Amino acid sequence: MLLTVRTLTKAFPGTLALDGVDFDLAAGEVHALLGENGAGKSTLIKCLTGAYLRDGGAMALDGQPIDPRSTVEAQDLGIGTVYQEVNLLPNLTVAQNLMFGREPRRWGLIHTAALRTEARALLTQYGLDIDVDRDLGSYSVAIQQIIAIARAAALSGKVLILDEPTASLDAREVEMVFDVVRGLRERGLGIAFVTHFLDQVYALSDRITVLRNGRKVVTERTADLGRMALIEHMLGRALESEVVGQSAEGAGATTQPMLHFSGTGRAGAIEPFDLDVGRGEVVGLAGLLGSGRTESAELMFGVRPAQTGAARDADGPLDLSSPRAAIAAGFGFAPEDRKTDGIVADLSIRENIILGLQARQGWAKPIPRSEQNRIADDYIRRLDIRTSGREKPIGDLSGGNQQKVVLARWLAMNPRFLILDEPTRGIDVGAHAEILRLIHDLTDAGLSVLIISSEIDELVAVADRVIVVRDRRHVAELSGERVTADQIMRAIAATDADGAAA
Amino acid sequence: MNTRALPLYATIAIFLIAYLLCWLQFPNILSTRVIGNLLTDNAYLGIVAVGMTLVILSGGIDLSVGSVIAFSGVFIAVLLRDTGLHPMIVFVLLLLLTTAFGAAMGFLIHRLMMPAFIVTLAGMFLARGAAYMLTIDSVPINDPFYQTLQSAYWLMPGKGRLTLIGVLMLLTVMAGMVIAHRTRFGTSVYAMGGGEATARLMGVRQGRTIVLVYAFSGLMAGLSGIVFSLYTGSGYPLATVGTELTAIAAVVIGGTLLTGGAGYMFGTLIGVLTMGLLQTYIVFDGTLSSWWTKIVIGILLLAFILLQKGLLRLTRGRLQGAAS
Repeated sequence: MLLTVRTLTKAFPGTLALDGVDFDLAAGEVHALLGENGAGKSTLIKCLTGAYLRDGGAMALDGQPIDPRSTVEAQDLGIGTVYQEVNLLPNLTVAQNLMFGREPRRWGLIHTAALRTEARALLTQYGLDIDVDRDLGSYSVAIQQIIAIARAAALSGKVLILDEPTASLDAREVEMVFDVVRGLRERGLGIAFVTHFLDQVYALSDRITVLRNGRKVVTERTADLGRMALIEHMLGRALESEVVGQSAEGAGATTQPMLHFSGTGRAGAIEPFDLDVGRGEVVGLAGLLGSGRTESAELMFGVRPAQTGAARDADGPLDLSSPRAAIAAGFGFAPEDRKTDGIVADLSIRENIILGLQARQGWAKPIPRSEQNRIADDYIRRLDIRTSGREKPIGDLSGGNQQKVVLARWLAMNPRFLILDEPTRGIDVGAHAEILRLIHDLTDAGLSVLIISSEIDELVAVADRVIVVRDRRHVAELSGERVTADQIMRAIAATDADGAAA
Repeated sequence: MNTRALPLYATIAIFLIAYLLCWLQFPNILSTRVIGNLLTDNAYLGIVAVGMTLVILSGGIDLSVGSVIAFSGVFIAVLLRDTGLHPMIVFVLLLLLTTAFGAAMGFLIHRLMMPAFIVTLAGMFLARGAAYMLTIDSVPINDPFYQTLQSAYWLMPGKGRLTLIGVLMLLTVMAGMVIAHRTRFGTSVYAMGGGEATARLMGVRQGRTIVLVYAFSGLMAGLSGIVFSLYTGSGYPLATVGTELTAIAAVVIGGTLLTGGAGYMFGTLIGVLTMGLLQTYIVFDGTLSSWWTKIVIGILLLAFILLQKGLLRLTRGRLQGAAS
């Protein structure tokens, strides 16, 4: 083995990010590293590249124990990394970027002609014939990514870690990058490949390791691991343990349509999709991380404006060009990252609940304090927010209660359509069930909800209809009795060929 | 063509056009006398601007240089008046002092992770205060060696005088060009200006680079102080107030991006000469108030900032066009 990692452990306050993880990388293989958010992929990579120091376990390269303390040190050992965001300097020329730190010199000065020749020779190995004197920033991201790979491989030459290098590339560019990676594999480099795109995993990798919740779930040859099995490993549930949803009684058929999205899409985020939402309906969005779930929600709420398509309700077209416009149209959005996008941690519960309402009224017309207190107390009681009082900073509450405050903020504005992105992430089991119950209560009162979740059981339990998103497309719609964990998993796992049938 | 070089070409074009317009009105402006004076009068500014260019390329700023120049003048004048030291020894002492001063500021910026603006602002008050501590009067320099240096020049064809300090400025600019464009240190400076986090990932020794950049700026400020004292023949603690801002203006007019990472040393020379040309024109005209220089410099600065913003948008637009 080129690189061996044994019982690697890394803890952060409150979480065990890596829990006794083993990982092997052979020379001349592409080893895909998969897992959902929080599985520990990026922590593992950061331990390998010296960005984090491990708490326990051993790492060895070529049989020699290693202990990199910085990315530069890891590079010198032979471990190079290419990140999702190109980590080169757009204001330097291609040649300068490639040869940075080891420029050929003559009489103590950089030998420009030799620099150019060496850079060009290096790129020729990758079938790239470009002007190396132009700024890196003037080339496309795909070319920049190949240059980054070329630099990393030339510098380290043993292990190459590719951390989602294809996230912002189109299909043709991905193929270009893959050809380069295959070339490096033939030269005997060990390549660890992190991605969210399953098609790319099957196109490129020799072996797959799946992580979940900081533990290694499985390492298997790609040829021996089917899509279904892979997704089961990633999501952590077996198909046999069927859970029947409470709301799968076909409620979807009886709801009257309220909102229509047609052809809503944005290049690079999500392909145009059509979606109808009924009054009092819960629509679930299922799919793997990075499949376009959150992007769909962001388009609907105007966080990122849609480039194509239109939205309308019974009264006519809706303007959803910005969150402000979407709020005016009666929309609400509780984002995925509650801590950074959802709450203002230092403000009190009351202030957090009032925030949206006050913003809509305009700052010139403050809501009277007595009114604020009444609203806050009302929601603390209705949503059963566990707190010692309404003036407690929201940051001191547990995750579940924070989420309830975020819900209260939107409910105070009396929306008709609420988008919840991973509303139960990082919330304990008890609060989890309460939030789901709350969603049921709300829809009974006529509110429509779009819910995004990685937990398929949760979707089955709460949604009337489930849209499956894969590779930035809405690929399947399941309603009524077909909303089962089994059907959803199959739709996520289907390849393009049979995706239409699912 | 690299869009990065566009501001440089724009600078050169503006300088040539301005010179042409001046020449059409006053043909005498294209004589070696005027050119010689242009170099001599702006020598101290050109030298300090070389240091400033490197600082700005690295993504920083150095507000202390104006005060350091004044301090240098006073330091030299007082030492020559009160001690029997040879001027060359005084020069060496001074350059060591100002270089160490710059290095210390660089060290603080790196260690305390403080904005360069604040640290060098403190340095500006410190150096000015130190100058006042030495003397509050203008001290004349009457050293015979000084008179030799002051009267050293080469008579160009057409009776123009290429003075020692003018030559010194040109040599400094050339040294600056070599350092910025042909050394690993120079590449590191550009890398820092392009993105600190990325530069670190690529292996730039950040602390060393920052300290060296400000040490270099301190060295240039000291050298500029020597040149200024040769030019005026005295040391005065109230001299060169605001010169740091003039130097920054020259660097930006010279096509260097104020946020760092892009620009050319040669552009700074052109920037300095453009500002000198404006002053010369006003002298030739004779009726214009010298404040017009400031107004035109203000307009030029604004034009360059807009040009750079425009170029940035152009590059980005083209990239998006290529991607879709």
